[in-house]
Amino acid sequence: MNDLLVIAPILLPLAALVLCLGLEMQGKRTGWLSMASVALTLAGATVLVARVASGGAITMEMGGWKPPYGIVIVADLLAALMVWISAFVVLAVMVYGVKGRGRGHQGGHAHVLIQGLLLGVNGSFLTGDLFNLYVWFEVMLISSFVLMVREKGSKQLGGGLVYVILNLLASAMFLCGAGMLYGKLGTLNFADMAMKLQGVNDPEFVNTTGSLLFVAFAAKAGLFPFFFWLPASYHRADPALSALFAGLLTKVGVYALLRTFTLVFTDENGFSSDVILYVSMATMVVGVLGAVAQYNVRRLLAFHIISQIGYMVAGIALATPLALAAVIFYTLHHIAVKTCLFLVGGVLEMRTGTPDIRNHGGFYKTHPWLAVGFLIPALSLGGIPPLSGFWAKLNLLQAGVETKEWLFLGVALAVGILTLFSMVKIWNESFWKDAAEGAETSLPLWPGKPHAAIIAFCGLTLVFSLGGKFVFGLCESAAASLHDPRIYIESVMGGGGK
Amino acid sequence: MITVLCILVGLLFAGATFCLLRRNLMRVLIGILLLGHGVNLLLLATSDPLSREVAILGEDGLPRVAGAADPLPQALILTAIVIGFGLSVFTLVLARSAFMRNGSDDVRELEKGGEA
Repeated sequence: MNDLLVIAPILLPLAALVLCLGLEMQGKRTGWLSMASVALTLAGATVLVARVASGGAITMEMGGWKPPYGIVIVADLLAALMVWISAFVVLAVMVYGVKGRGRGHQGGHAHVLIQGLLLGVNGSFLTGDLFNLYVWFEVMLISSFVLMVREKGSKQLGGGLVYVILNLLASAMFLCGAGMLYGKLGTLNFADMAMKLQGVNDPEFVNTTGSLLFVAFAAKAGLFPFFFWLPASYHRADPALSALFAGLLTKVGVYALLRTFTLVFTDENGFSSDVILYVSMATMVVGVLGAVAQYNVRRLLAFHIISQIGYMVAGIALATPLALAAVIFYTLHHIAVKTCLFLVGGVLEMRTGTPDIRNHGGFYKTHPWLAVGFLIPALSLGGIPPLSGFWAKLNLLQAGVETKEWLFLGVALAVGILTLFSMVKIWNESFWKDAAEGAETSLPLWPGKPHAAIIAFCGLTLVFSLGGKFVFGLCESAAASLHDPRIYIESVMGGGGK
Repeated sequence: MITVLCILVGLLFAGATFCLLRRNLMRVLIGILLLGHGVNLLLLATSDPLSREVAILGEDGLPRVAGAADPLPQALILTAIVIGFGLSVFTLVLARSAFMRNGSDDVRELEKGGEA
């Protein structure tokens, strides 16, 4: 039963992918099947979170091969939470409606590709093996590549190529790092690597391979200075898809950083985590400055992702239990909030026909509920109490005080103000000021239920805000096993919690 | 043998870096292909039989073959080649349609018409 539960988030999207492809080849619609499969994944993930929270990590050995020889699928609390929220995001984005969801080729096989994306994302969260992680990354990337450029002759192509090439480069780095680790340690299993590295007193080796993997994951996460692909490409995909990318793709990079740099490359093993802290501070500043200068609504939001990723990764560098719990909470909160903002941004673009917020206006009068749907996530992102962003930032800053990283504190606070400033900018331009003469604010939306999706995300944000204590409790117990790698190692090498 | 491999990997990486820094999109793609080959050779170098005993055991629990090369990196390389092949073909198609659209394969042209 446990085995089935752990593998379900991988098997369900895979089955749905194959079925959707077959049905679409025959010209049938697949939206319902695709949505049902994701709903089932979400239900499974909910049970998984409950099981793991009460009984500890669940491990499944693929094909019955014992670790470290076989590939293991490990659902610890962190992985389970991430799987849950990604299923939630995908479901909500499907409700929102993907552009061009006609039959078969005309629809560009959107549902097949989204299932592929979910497959890759869930696989990355659940795998306990470095090379397997590489493979899941590629599954995820190829799906996102095709989703990004599937409309012919559009502007997506240029941004898409930048995205593809930089990610291919990052993948090569990843493979290099993985290969060198295997060459030295003779294993690719995370838990086994962590154990074997403790015996290797070789800082040069640890720092070389660590840096290679850091660059690879940082490129996926969009850290400074590897973020250029993100603002070049995200705002060009259609609104639902860019929301999906904004919510999930960079977070997989953050997850990979969180996993490897708390388990394998730690200070105890001789990796200098100061680098991570400085890189993340630069990321925060550069991202938010980019956002402040933008007038394209989704491009502005894309720059925000970068600056927020900086906060999360800074927490990884601080590496206290509180900081790690804050990172996990921050990630969950940010996925909900940022996807919601992209969805609202998409509605603004559809209603006005332009992404430039200087040409928007008057939405507060014409669409008051949309204004509420923007305000909740925007204020949460800016860190206004009692919304979830405030709890995330508060805990992270507390961790900063504990570790006496004053520079980080200063940067984080300043960036927080700028974040709020750029959110207010969208508010002023799109919602508050009066619409210009003849400006369009009520163009029809694409088929789908955008408002239902936005309500779902606002609801989730409020749950994170008001139920902050409960959710943060979950994050704390997830962080406990990150802070003490022995818990993870034991649950993998000890044969798993059967 | 291992020295030759190392030099080869270094050469491939150097060539790849040179190509990646070109403005010509086709060169950039060639750079990525070269990098892929370099990485695969680097993986191959890790299967050196001198560095580690391999866990292929006979029924008596002792290594069945002495001095055998580690087969796992070869499996990794095979996987990487397959993935790399698929991605390269996809990127080539993208590059071709960018070329057809812009009439040039200068990477600076990609950003043009991009500002929405």
